[in-house]
Amino acid sequence: MKVLVAVKRAIDYNVKARPKSDGSGVDLANVKMSMNPFDEIAVEEAVKLQESGKIEETIAVSVGPKQCQETLRTAMAMGIDRSILVETGEDIQPLAVAKVLSKLIEKEKPDLAILGKQAIDDDSNQTGQMLSALLGWSQGTFACNLEFDGDSIRVGREIDGGIQTLCLSLPSVITTDLRLNEPRYVKLPNIMKAKKKPLEVLTAEELGVDISPRLETIKVAEPPGREAGVKVEDIAQLIDKLKNEVKVI
Amino acid sequence: MSVLVLAEHNNESLSPSTLNSVAAATEISSDVDLLVAGEGCKSVADQSASIEGVRRVVHVDGKHYGHSLAENLAPLIVSLSDDYDHLLAAATTTGKNVMPRVAALLDVAQISDIIGVSDKDTFDRPIYAGNIIATVKSSDSKKVVTVRTTAFDPVEIGGGRAEIIDGVAGEDLKISEFVSEELTKSDRPELGAADIIVSGGRGVGSSEDFALIEALADKLGAAVGASRAAVDAGYVPNDYQVGQTGKVVAPQLYIAVGISGAIQHLAGMKDSKVIVAINKDEEAPIFGVADYGLVGDLFKEVPAMTDALND
Repeated sequence: MKVLVAVKRAIDYNVKARPKSDGSGVDLANVKMSMNPFDEIAVEEAVKLQESGKIEETIAVSVGPKQCQETLRTAMAMGIDRSILVETGEDIQPLAVAKVLSKLIEKEKPDLAILGKQAIDDDSNQTGQMLSALLGWSQGTFACNLEFDGDSIRVGREIDGGIQTLCLSLPSVITTDLRLNEPRYVKLPNIMKAKKKPLEVLTAEELGVDISPRLETIKVAEPPGREAGVKVEDIAQLIDKLKNEVKVI
Repeated sequence: MSVLVLAEHNNESLSPSTLNSVAAATEISSDVDLLVAGEGCKSVADQSASIEGVRRVVHVDGKHYGHSLAENLAPLIVSLSDDYDHLLAAATTTGKNVMPRVAALLDVAQISDIIGVSDKDTFDRPIYAGNIIATVKSSDSKKVVTVRTTAFDPVEIGGGRAEIIDGVAGEDLKISEFVSEELTKSDRPELGAADIIVSGGRGVGSSEDFALIEALADKLGAAVGASRAAVDAGYVPNDYQVGQTGKVVAPQLYIAVGISGAIQHLAGMKDSKVIVAINKDEEAPIFGVADYGLVGDLFKEVPAMTDALND
């Protein structure tokens, strides 16, 4: 079996994003970028499946600017066998990414595609579901547990009320939630090894995919700020404030 | 111009999040229809008919809709979409699972997690963990939208008198199958609907000590929440998690106990009306958003608060 993993280069999770002063977009100049944390979980899962002998080959794909090569090298340092970058401009939206991935999947024919459930920049939570729709595959979103079961896969999903388990026919698209696994730290020798692994670069035009954006960002702004309030001395004062000042209890 | 809203339910009763989705829909159009698809869900269709502002309830029954699985539900929504310009659902785990599949089948973008409606094409939505609000305009002929429930006050239920019509079920694609569900059972209010939430973080230290949080919550009639750290450490189940990728809440009162206040947690609770933080680290970022901060040992302060509320 073969697994394809999609990875996105996104703002580092420790960095607080700010709008540009003219409100035309998000200021990403000199901001630390990393692999989207949910995609790290996707990579880890693919590598684990390969280590456990259930998967023969792992491929990572990124869709975005040239710098995504670094993200793919990280994925390969974590253990992915080879990578494909589909180079595009900066404004690449979920539907377009899903179309690019579906084209590559027609070519590579994996049994499973694993994606992060959402990217921490645009917080869309769409690409995996869209990819699954375009391929007509089953989908196991927000996965916290995966288990192969013959021609199908059992997926535990984090839902609003608890955990739901589904049995999905393969091929399938899985999107990862936080508790699927704990991504490994990359070791230096593996970073060196990853430099020698194959990384193919393609364009959306070569794949014949229209990636023009469907949503136009009119403006971005910071939400109304929240001022720090006051420190209270003790519980009695706190309860008094809650009862008499803001009257919420 | 009309809107179809996906009703969320468990085949017996309507989920309150549906009332928030309808509220968002009425800001787009006055012609709002509701889709109630499920297995033996006629009673939900009946309840839905009394929602204020709903014109028509489309009721579709089928065994393969019983658990709202996306593979079957998405094509059903698509089959009804000719009559609508907007397709809406709450940004719950159900809505998030189903609606992007609908969007891709229609070859349109989805607008996720809207918090405001500017006009029929233009919406506000939070990005970057809510640190930025983007105003986005869709150029697609149909809009597929998920709604952040905390941003829209629920419409009333009881006074409406919508017509119920039976829709035609699609085929069972048989590529996904429901196996089981482990739902957290609790007598406390739901996180999404609670007026008061008491949340615990890593500082609580263990699943046993989470009883302190629960005791305070019960005294206040509150729901119990948690930070990611507390869920990852196994103190509480995943569905307690408040944050960027967990539940987004906006109660009247949010009490954060032993929670430092990472960006990702703040994203899920900073629209609460009043925020209280109890933490021993006076430098903790949570104090930067708290209306009332108490620097102290939670193991002493939380039981003290529970006791004081007895009086």
